[in-house]
Amino acid sequence: MAEKRKKKSTAVDKEIITLTNVCKAYSTGAPALKDVNLRINKGEFVFIVGDSGSGKSTLIKLLLRELTITSGYINVMGYDLAKIRHRKIPKFRRNLGIVFQDFRLLKDRNVYDNVAFAQRIIQKSNKEIKKNVPSILAIVGLAGKYKAKPRQLSGGEQQRVALARALVNQPAILLADEPTGNLDPKNSWEIMKLLEQINENGTTVIVVTHNREIVNAMQKRVVTLKKGVIVSDEEKGGYIDED
Amino acid sequence: MRISTFFYTLRQGFRNLFRNKWFTLASIATISACLFLFGLFYAIVTNFQHIVKTAEEGVSVTVFFDEGLEEIKIQQIGDQINKRPEVSAIHFVSAEEAWDTFKAEYLGEYADGFTENPLEDSANYEIYLNDVSMQPALVTYLESLDGVRLVNRSDIAATTLTGVNALIAYVSVGIIAILFAVSVFLISNTVTIGISVRKEEINIMKYIGATDFFVRSPFVIEGMLIGLIGAAIPMGIIYMLYNVVLEYVTNRFSMLSSLLSFLTVEEIFNVLIPISLGIGVGIGFLGSIVTVRKHLRV
Repeated sequence: MAEKRKKKSTAVDKEIITLTNVCKAYSTGAPALKDVNLRINKGEFVFIVGDSGSGKSTLIKLLLRELTITSGYINVMGYDLAKIRHRKIPKFRRNLGIVFQDFRLLKDRNVYDNVAFAQRIIQKSNKEIKKNVPSILAIVGLAGKYKAKPRQLSGGEQQRVALARALVNQPAILLADEPTGNLDPKNSWEIMKLLEQINENGTTVIVVTHNREIVNAMQKRVVTLKKGVIVSDEEKGGYIDED
Repeated sequence: MRISTFFYTLRQGFRNLFRNKWFTLASIATISACLFLFGLFYAIVTNFQHIVKTAEEGVSVTVFFDEGLEEIKIQQIGDQINKRPEVSAIHFVSAEEAWDTFKAEYLGEYADGFTENPLEDSANYEIYLNDVSMQPALVTYLESLDGVRLVNRSDIAATTLTGVNALIAYVSVGIIAILFAVSVFLISNTVTIGISVRKEEINIMKYIGATDFFVRSPFVIEGMLIGLIGAAIPMGIIYMLYNVVLEYVTNRFSMLSSLLSFLTVEEIFNVLIPISLGIGVGIGFLGSIVTVRKHLRV
């Protein structure tokens, strides 16, 4: 069942993401998402798990409004993503922080510039940038490496830079697409602790992952996708094995 | 837009040139090569046109009058000719002037044996044309005038010059069109490859929430700078080469120096610089706008 959540939403919970009967079909092949219903409240920490081809990436792309739904209703932070105008998308995305498996840093810029870049986009003044960037780099533990280029950093450090970049604009939602996919267990845990800390400070965190150990250990809400359908949605859930 | 954002965008445009050195060099080389050929061809064609035009200006039609025609009648004919649109200049040559010129050119000291002017009826008008292709129409008109005995003209010179003029016009339009098409193709390909390499960078910007304008601006500045540099280099080379080549041609073919009348480098560059810079910057601008747009739908 898609809706197995044990915890009931209270009146104070503010729904920040709503998907109702969402379907997404590509022009070729089988539908990527079928009749998905999902509600995420402000301040939640949610794992989205599932095997390859289960529709996790499609779901993230829909939340980012990189893709549009085929049918249904999708609302993120009050934006109806099926109807949003192209020119409004940048403003919508400024509510989101995003972290990718492959970090996606600007390789020709140093750590400071990579993070400052996100602030430039929202037209922060130089004064604010000089205040905010060192502060966020200190939070992710990279204050001393602000001059380093991405290639001079380890995978874990690069992911911290990506996290800093995602957080510097204080997004309401942090989307992390396989954030530990390229990291060793030690770095994976450090990144997850950082995500947990960010969540504790009020940011809604959505993590797409394959990492069974982390999902089982962290005891957070787990939404499991299989072949485009939500097969499980549990508070303090675990990684459900295939078959 | 904040002033700091404007300067940031401008700075990024400049920095992009150095961030993508090979792309920058390839693009500048492509634009330079195309505009060098364009400039070279333009300089050659305009000089040809100038030489032909100069030759045209030397082609004249001569009008002789009936024997004993009164001066006042000759004056009237002159006034009528002067009103014709084909005429750029008209010069009256009296019988005395005609005889003096003939003596000086052909007889020298042997002219002393002549007591009377044998060219007494050779007073004439030398008429110069605006456009040598108009000669037949003017000649027909002149022959129809009362008091005109004979109209001398050079049909061969007129026909040849008209033909050369038309040939230069067709060839230059054709070659400039081909060069322009090749330039646009090569340059847009280079820009496309360069920007495709940075597709990921554009994607990251878009994911973070950059507007299309914010993403596009540094690329457009970069494209325009590449176009500007790519246009300035061949202009500099042509500027330096032009006088050297001109001097060589004038010395090497000194026998033809009276026929070869070249434009000065300033005359060429008055037109060539704005055209080349316009093409370079325009192609850089359009190329970057079009190619970035492909990647903005993220």
